[in-house]
Amino acid sequence: MSGHSYQTIIKNGLWSNNSALVQILGLCPMLAVTATVVNALGLGLATMVVLVGSNLAVSLIRNYVADSIRLPAFVMIIASFTTCAELLMQAYTYELFQVLGIFIPLIVTNCVILGRADAFARKNPVIPSVLDGFFMSLGFLAVLLVLGALREIIGQGTLFSNMHLIFGESARAWEIEVFADYPDFLFAVLPPGAFVGLGLLIAIKNFIDDRVELKRRANTEQVTVGAKRVRVTGTIS
Amino acid sequence: MISITSPHTVGQNSVSKVMFTLVAALVPGYACLIYIFGWGYLVNALIAVTVAVALEALILVLRKRPVGFFLKDGSIIVTALLLACALPPIVPWWLVAIGSGIAVIFAKHLFGGLGQNPFNPAMVAYALLLVSLPVLMTSRWANVDVLPSFADALTISFGHLDKGLDAFTGATPLDHYKLNIGRLTADNVLQDPIYGAFAAKGWMQINLAFLVGGLVLLALRIITWHIPVSLLASILVMSVLFGSDGDAFVPTSLHLFSGSTMLAAFFIATDPVTAATSNKGKLVYGAGIGLLIYIIRTWGNYPDATAFAVLLMNFSAPLIDHYTRPRVYGHSKAVKGFKNDG
Repeated sequence: MSGHSYQTIIKNGLWSNNSALVQILGLCPMLAVTATVVNALGLGLATMVVLVGSNLAVSLIRNYVADSIRLPAFVMIIASFTTCAELLMQAYTYELFQVLGIFIPLIVTNCVILGRADAFARKNPVIPSVLDGFFMSLGFLAVLLVLGALREIIGQGTLFSNMHLIFGESARAWEIEVFADYPDFLFAVLPPGAFVGLGLLIAIKNFIDDRVELKRRANTEQVTVGAKRVRVTGTIS
Repeated sequence: MISITSPHTVGQNSVSKVMFTLVAALVPGYACLIYIFGWGYLVNALIAVTVAVALEALILVLRKRPVGFFLKDGSIIVTALLLACALPPIVPWWLVAIGSGIAVIFAKHLFGGLGQNPFNPAMVAYALLLVSLPVLMTSRWANVDVLPSFADALTISFGHLDKGLDAFTGATPLDHYKLNIGRLTADNVLQDPIYGAFAAKGWMQINLAFLVGGLVLLALRIITWHIPVSLLASILVMSVLFGSDGDAFVPTSLHLFSGSTMLAAFFIATDPVTAATSNKGKLVYGAGIGLLIYIIRTWGNYPDATAFAVLLMNFSAPLIDHYTRPRVYGHSKAVKGFKNDG
């Protein structure tokens, strides 16, 4: 399974095998905490720390763990990294930790992480594994951010509110009020809005993919209508 | 078109004929709503129909479907009108516009357009608005005694909301009764000017008008009797069984002739796309809606319950259809449920 070029790793993680839009993994945190950009960013970054760390560790021990007990071993590794992320958040962004609540410890059960450990890291050397972890979680983070921004704009009419939870007091002024006097549109704040939003994002991605595919076909296969294969013997003068 | 000479039976109803009959049958109800609760309903209906038709055309273009063909069937006008008469009359224009947008785009075309939608589009829009904007959707019902002029209705819809608004708004009778029966006796509650000689002032006439429209639909065989009768019967049975004590529960007369009961029974629950198909299935489906309406009205938190009841039964319609398949001619028994069809 080696021989993944870095380009394919990047492309898989960010687009063609995006964990949120194509694999549709990690739905639980994605739907639950993406009501605002800051929540999405916080959870995305925590997931990134865990995923990069677990891919690194799993790849390091890949030749020393028997196949039959690999899953418990992976879960132990993921749980330790999640605990690290949780403690780090308690130390540096305590308020955000309180907002995200149970969804930080629940990163352990995020299928993206176990999925990448089992599907990629245990079969590949360290550097591709770390890169795969990074770009997979970057793709996840990007979707979380877009979904968070969408839901924040529609749900409460703001963008980047409460960013001081991550970036310190100076970030309090980043908040943009998109609509003045906005009555909260609760549907977007509640989980059903996240389902609809994610569905729309998946539809947009598929639409773009279809367009690209059509264009590629149009460029490569230029078939003229009514063309026939002609066997030519000899030369035509 | 192939010309056929033999005497073949031709179906009497096309989609557009059914839809425009429905619109005509809605007219008495609408006239009554506007007469009793003011011009807000007309303004809402105009906004809803305009936005819905425009969006329908836009989506049809995007989906590369024949625009004129699908616009002509008029189904979207029925959806918009049903939504507009379900919404409270004193709301800003954008609320109505968002509702129509949700009905057309999310509830209808994302599922595949006319005939493909599993949920009643008007009710999807209503439920979504009710969940999203609870304050606007529950505190803007009209006061029977103070009617806004047409200019006022336009100002409320397009201008500033707060201008003298409180005079025009009032609680719905169902809501008022439920809120006050905890601390007052039935006689005391019914002293309130929103109640009339029988049921609630204004609401009874509106329900009767929708009932007339519904009977016309029955007479023209646009709908069958199964859904309205089973729906009204189950509300009746529930309210007689549980609500005979007027000091604790909303009385039967209010259940049947206030709120959206008749509109639900004849116009909303009977949508052929989202309802159950067989006659036995329709009975179960209508009874289920009536039961849910009573349960949500009595023990739920919302003032009325048609939207949620209809949507929940829309969910169950395929299951009901599975268990109420009629016997096929020539076979001894009907295949029911999910047993092996072979």
